[in-house]
Amino acid sequence: MDKPIRVLVAKPGLDGHDRGAKMIARALRDAGMEVIYTGLRQTPEQIVAAAIQEDVDIIGMSILSGAHNHLFPKVIGLLKEQDAEDIMVIAGGVIPEDDIPALKEAGVAAIFTPGALTTEIVQFIRDNVKR
Amino acid sequence: MELINKMLDGDKRACARLISIVENDEKESEKLIKTIYKHTGKAHIIGITGPPGAGKSTLTDKYVKLLRKSDYKVGVIAVDPTSPYTGGAILGDRIRMNDLALDPGVFIRSMGTRGYLGGLAKATRNAVKILDASGCDYIIIETVGVGQSEVDIVKAADTVVLVMVPGLGDDIQSIKAGIMEIGDLFVVNKSDIFGAQRTATEINMMLDMSQDMDRRPPVVMVTANQNKNIEQMEQEIQKHYQYLVDNGLLEERRKKNIKRELLELVEEELKKLVIRETENNGELDSMTESLFNKETDPFTLRDVLLSRIK
Repeated sequence: MDKPIRVLVAKPGLDGHDRGAKMIARALRDAGMEVIYTGLRQTPEQIVAAAIQEDVDIIGMSILSGAHNHLFPKVIGLLKEQDAEDIMVIAGGVIPEDDIPALKEAGVAAIFTPGALTTEIVQFIRDNVKR
Repeated sequence: MELINKMLDGDKRACARLISIVENDEKESEKLIKTIYKHTGKAHIIGITGPPGAGKSTLTDKYVKLLRKSDYKVGVIAVDPTSPYTGGAILGDRIRMNDLALDPGVFIRSMGTRGYLGGLAKATRNAVKILDASGCDYIIIETVGVGQSEVDIVKAADTVVLVMVPGLGDDIQSIKAGIMEIGDLFVVNKSDIFGAQRTATEINMMLDMSQDMDRRPPVVMVTANQNKNIEQMEQEIQKHYQYLVDNGLLEERRKKNIKRELLELVEEELKKLVIRETENNGELDSMTESLFNKETDPFTLRDVLLSRIK
C-alpha cells in the first residue's frame, strides 16, 4: 500500500471557531490522507510535540483571532529547535494580505484565506510534501 | 541503526520514525523487529476497548495521568478507522489527551486501521514492540470503537478493559458471544447518567451466569470526564495483572499470543509465496477457471499448491 500523507490539523490560539479546520480535515481525509485532528486551543508547544510523536509530513493550522503573526512563527521556531524543520507548515484563517509576506518569510509554506478551495489545498499538499 | 539506538534510549522522534517504518515499509520493518525483539516483553500492555463514544480516549487520558503520578513511563497507541473508500482517516483520539502532549514521560501515537478489521491496525503489535523496547512501563492500546466481534485486542494485550456505557440495549446484548467475553475488567463509564446502575447490574448478572470462570471479572463504575473512580479501575487492573503473575497465566497468555503471531506471519508469507508462484504465469486464473467450471474443487487445488512449496 502507498504510504498515506499524514497531516496534523490544529487550532492554535484562543478563538473557538473550528468549523473551517474540521472542513479541511474532512477534505484531506476524503483525499486519502491520515489526518490527526487535535482541535481547539492548542499551544505551539503542544502542536509541535504532537507533530513529532505522530511523525506527520505536514502541519495545517487555522487561526481566526488575529494572533497569527505570533503563533505561526512560534511553531516554526519550535520545529527548528527540535530538528524537525522537515515538517512543512501551512496555514489558513483570517489573515490580512499585508501579513502574508512576513509569514512566508518566517517559513509558512502556504497560506489559504477565506474563499480558498479545498481542492487547491489538497493539490498543494500532494505537490509539496517530500515523500 | 542510529534511530534504533536513540529509540532504545527513549528518544521520541526516533520512536515516531520507527513506528512509521512498521506502518509503511515491510522490509525495513522486518529488519527493525529482528533487531529489537529481544528488548521487548517488559511492559504491562493494557487494551481499552468498547463501542464508539463510550469514552475510551477520555478514560485513557485520565488513566495515563494517574499512572504518571507514580512516574511510570507510558505509551499510548490509539487506533481509529480508515476509510475503505479513500484510504484516508480522521485520527481524533488525541483531542482528549492534549494535556499529555508535553509530558516527557508519555508518548501518544494515532494509527489508522488501513483495512484491518479486528479493531486494531496491522502494525499495532509492532508499534507496541517499539514502545516496549523504548522503555515504557505501561502501554495502552485504545482500539477503534468496536461492535460485537472486533476482538483482536486479546491477541495484543495482557489486560483488556471493556468500556461500556448506559443506553446501548437490554440484558440480551450482554449475554451475547464476542466482545462481552474478552473483558478482564468491565468499566461502566458515564456513570452519572441515568441507567448506569442498571447497565452495571446487567453486566454483573451476565458475569454471574458463567460457571466455569477461574476468575470473575469485576465491574467498575467510573465517570471519566469528571475523573471519578479512576483509582478503583487502576486497582482492578493491578489486581488482574497480579492474578496473571501469581497463577503463571501471564506467561501462558503471552505464549499463546506469540504462537498466534508466528502462525499469522507464516500464513501471510505462504499466501504471498503462492501468489508469486501462480499469478504472473496465469496459473491462478486458470485454476479459478477450472474451479468455476467445477472441473475440480478448492481443497484439491490447495493441496496441489502446498505440495509444490514443500
